[in-house]
Amino acid sequence: MRIDSQENSRSLQNSGSREPAEPARRPFLELLLGSSIVASLISYLYPVIRYLIPPAQAELGPDLVVAAKIGELRPNSGKIFPFGGRPALLILTADGKYHALSAICTHLGCTVQYRPDLHEVWCPCHNGVYSIDGANISGPPPHPLEAFDVIVKGNDLYVQRPQNT
Amino acid sequence: MSAPGNIRNWLDQRFGWDELMAFLRHKTVPIHRFSYFYFLGGMTLFLFGIQVVTGILLLMYYRPVPDGAFESVQYIMTRVPFGWLIRSIHSWGANVMILTAIAHMFSVFFLKSYRKPRELTWLSGMILLFLVLGFGFSGYLLPWNMLSLFATKVGTNMTAQVPLIGHWILVFLRGGEDVTGATLTRFFGIHVAVLPGLATLLIGLHLLLVQRFGMSVPPSVEDETKAHPEKARELRFFPNFFLRELMAWYVALAVLGCLAAFKPWELGQKADLFASAPAGIRPEWYFMFMFQTLRFLPANVGPFAGDFIGVLVFGVAAVVWTCLPFFDNDRRGRSTRWFTGVGIFALAYFVGMTVYAYLGK
Repeated sequence: MRIDSQENSRSLQNSGSREPAEPARRPFLELLLGSSIVASLISYLYPVIRYLIPPAQAELGPDLVVAAKIGELRPNSGKIFPFGGRPALLILTADGKYHALSAICTHLGCTVQYRPDLHEVWCPCHNGVYSIDGANISGPPPHPLEAFDVIVKGNDLYVQRPQNT
Repeated sequence: MSAPGNIRNWLDQRFGWDELMAFLRHKTVPIHRFSYFYFLGGMTLFLFGIQVVTGILLLMYYRPVPDGAFESVQYIMTRVPFGWLIRSIHSWGANVMILTAIAHMFSVFFLKSYRKPRELTWLSGMILLFLVLGFGFSGYLLPWNMLSLFATKVGTNMTAQVPLIGHWILVFLRGGEDVTGATLTRFFGIHVAVLPGLATLLIGLHLLLVQRFGMSVPPSVEDETKAHPEKARELRFFPNFFLRELMAWYVALAVLGCLAAFKPWELGQKADLFASAPAGIRPEWYFMFMFQTLRFLPANVGPFAGDFIGVLVFGVAAVVWTCLPFFDNDRRGRSTRWFTGVGIFALAYFVGMTVYAYLGK
């Protein structure tokens, strides 16, 4: 069935080993074809890359939330509450003062907790310790925890981001 | 030595790169008046690749739970940059792929490419076609809208007609007695893990068999080349045929892009398990011929339920069609012409019933 006749080899020449009459045409056509292919590939890749970048999150939520009710926390204890989609920590100290901090450890992002035995904020992941004001006092955390304002209104404890005044 | 030369040497010493290239150089494709049909298999393979890529992209945002599936697809369609494009290409690509797969099957059928020694190529191709239909059926439910919910209810209900194990299949497919969130989870697993795994294995086998036996030449062309050997023409697979195929793929991608841009795939209404079926409920077009047939059947045929007869006939027909090369292995003669007639009837029935289902009402 397979024939290696001249007829056959002529039909194989379609790929074009024929000598071009004007040598300048081939490089030009190759450039044209190559740049078209590259351009079309970019037009396929661009939507894919844009698709993979997630849309920006909706606003981080209100700057003011109800974190707890009065009397909900026992003295010398803490509570994690959601603040703008992220965890925050509300602490009632033994002497009856409220503190609110971001609960995201500044080291590698674990959620911290209040340690009643130490009277400090502790991150279990790498033994980072913060004061109840959020200052990083020992272990690997490089920065203090962001501190929030606590406002008492009626029976509710509001937490808000410090206003830039 | 230049860097590309070094890499080539490195590959050659380890994997016999030059031998592989020599194989590619020697592989040829016969050229005759039916050669265009050789593009259909490669086209289906390309579209499968598109489905894999867009499917993986959809997985980045899709959530397979009843309370989140519809919303996540809505999110993809409206919020994610180019999400509408990716999802529409996935939906359109699925339909075009099934079309090319069916066209590929009928072209192989009428060109008699399934004859000895290619029986297993046909068999693996038929199983691939069933897998592709399974992809379509399972993927249809994933956006979790009204249409897909009821199509899945009806489709899985039909399996209950299978004698003895019918009810068991129904419960297995649905993940319970009814179509619920459990069905969604199950179909998701089937759609993105079970079927892709099986399909990849079978595509590998199918391609291996195609490489092993080369392209089949239809009997009529074979006779002509026997009579006039000097007229036989061949084309190198690489790069000549491959570049032509590549061009066809580029065109297909452009067509998909246009379809997605001008006719973005609908999302519909979120599925409600306790709502009545909406009017105009129907399966995808490739199941329409079965759907229409079942509508024609009376409630009872003799002592049997009409649906049972329908499912039985389609089941037997599918088995016979799949095993075709084992019946029709005669080089020529009455029986093979008879098979061609059966094929024409099958194609006419498929097209006729599909068209009737859309136009008839």
